[in-house]
Amino acid sequence: MKKSDWPLWEVFIRSKQGLNHKHVGSLRAADAEMAIENARDVYTRRSEGISIWVLESKNIHASDPQEADSLYDPAHSKVYRHPTFYDVPDGISHM
Amino acid sequence: MEKAQDILELERRFQEKIDNDIRIEPNDWMPDAYRKTLIRQISQHAHSEIVGMLPEGNWITRAPNLRRKAVLLAKVQDEAGHGLYLYSACETLGADREETIDDLHSGKAKYSSIFNYPTLSWADMGAIGWLVDGAAIMNQVPLCRCSYGPYARAMVRVCKEESFHQRQGFEIISKLAQGSPEQKEMAQDALNRFWWPSLMMFGPSDDDSPNSAQSMKWKIKRNSNDELRQLFVDVTVPQAEMIGLKIPDNDLKWNEATQHYEFGEIDWTEFWEVVKGNGPCNYERVETRRKAKENGEWVRAAAVAYAEKKKNKELAVEA
Repeated sequence: MKKSDWPLWEVFIRSKQGLNHKHVGSLRAADAEMAIENARDVYTRRSEGISIWVLESKNIHASDPQEADSLYDPAHSKVYRHPTFYDVPDGISHM
Repeated sequence: MEKAQDILELERRFQEKIDNDIRIEPNDWMPDAYRKTLIRQISQHAHSEIVGMLPEGNWITRAPNLRRKAVLLAKVQDEAGHGLYLYSACETLGADREETIDDLHSGKAKYSSIFNYPTLSWADMGAIGWLVDGAAIMNQVPLCRCSYGPYARAMVRVCKEESFHQRQGFEIISKLAQGSPEQKEMAQDALNRFWWPSLMMFGPSDDDSPNSAQSMKWKIKRNSNDELRQLFVDVTVPQAEMIGLKIPDNDLKWNEATQHYEFGEIDWTEFWEVVKGNGPCNYERVETRRKAKENGEWVRAAAVAYAEKKKNKELAVEA
């Protein structure tokens, strides 16, 4: 039986305008508003962010690392998706 | 249930990842002993950060000026933050935060022994920042490369913040060391009291540290206790000389051949006594934390009640 009655939240911080939010860690808070305020104090004491996302950890669904082989297998054989697959003749530029 | 043979295969693949410096992440398979070792280490590290706020918190209201007060306050806030990064890392291993904290309060879980020494003068704020945070940095820098991802990432964040801690401490102690004779005496007294306990922060000597080999194999630990202790002595002795303070060790001498300082025998009886709970402040520290939780109970309950009320209101509006 878990004793923690405040849910766990995952915290994502946008460090500056134009960059994406990045996962930085988690914390406990009673609701979303409190989670944002706590995230401000825990993860941005040195102005590390200009925007905070919080998401209740239970709402995150993750792929299973043990099934990684079969999950990503379809992409392994498709080397032609990379530009390096193609030979560009000498003398051709801007490609 | 997994068969014994499957587990052997999983363990082999796990160790192969470790050997290839591939980080282990929360959902990856890991041996139970690895998980348990990490939960113990990370939670005790978190407790050390939290209990570590107390000796310094003791001086916030008595800081000699506003600048020193603001700096000390910021440092103690950082320690709280460090504790929270670490509890968060610990939870990724399936440990429950509240249970972890209750283990501290019941005496089941340990924390760094250094925080069981009292802070008797303002100079102790200098000695703690300089020596205790200095030793903590030595221990924590290699942990930034620890095999467990969330712990390593928390350590990167902690180490970035920790260097200000050491500098503010060194600033305090060097100012005092350059001050009046009384101030210099305060600085020397603080060094005298914190030097040996700081050396003890690296843990028992390698011959007496039975779990180290396994932790090294798992790359939770990257250097031995004695290695890091030697590094600390080598960098700290010249700093003390520079500010005119004397390290309280008559056996301390430079060895030209090894390019290291030789230092006197650590009082391991004192170390184990403090670990066992018989240091000068063990009781007071845990009691303070226990009361903080007890006295904050109504705040946590109120926050939950408020969150529920708000949620119900939102549901009523939607309906």
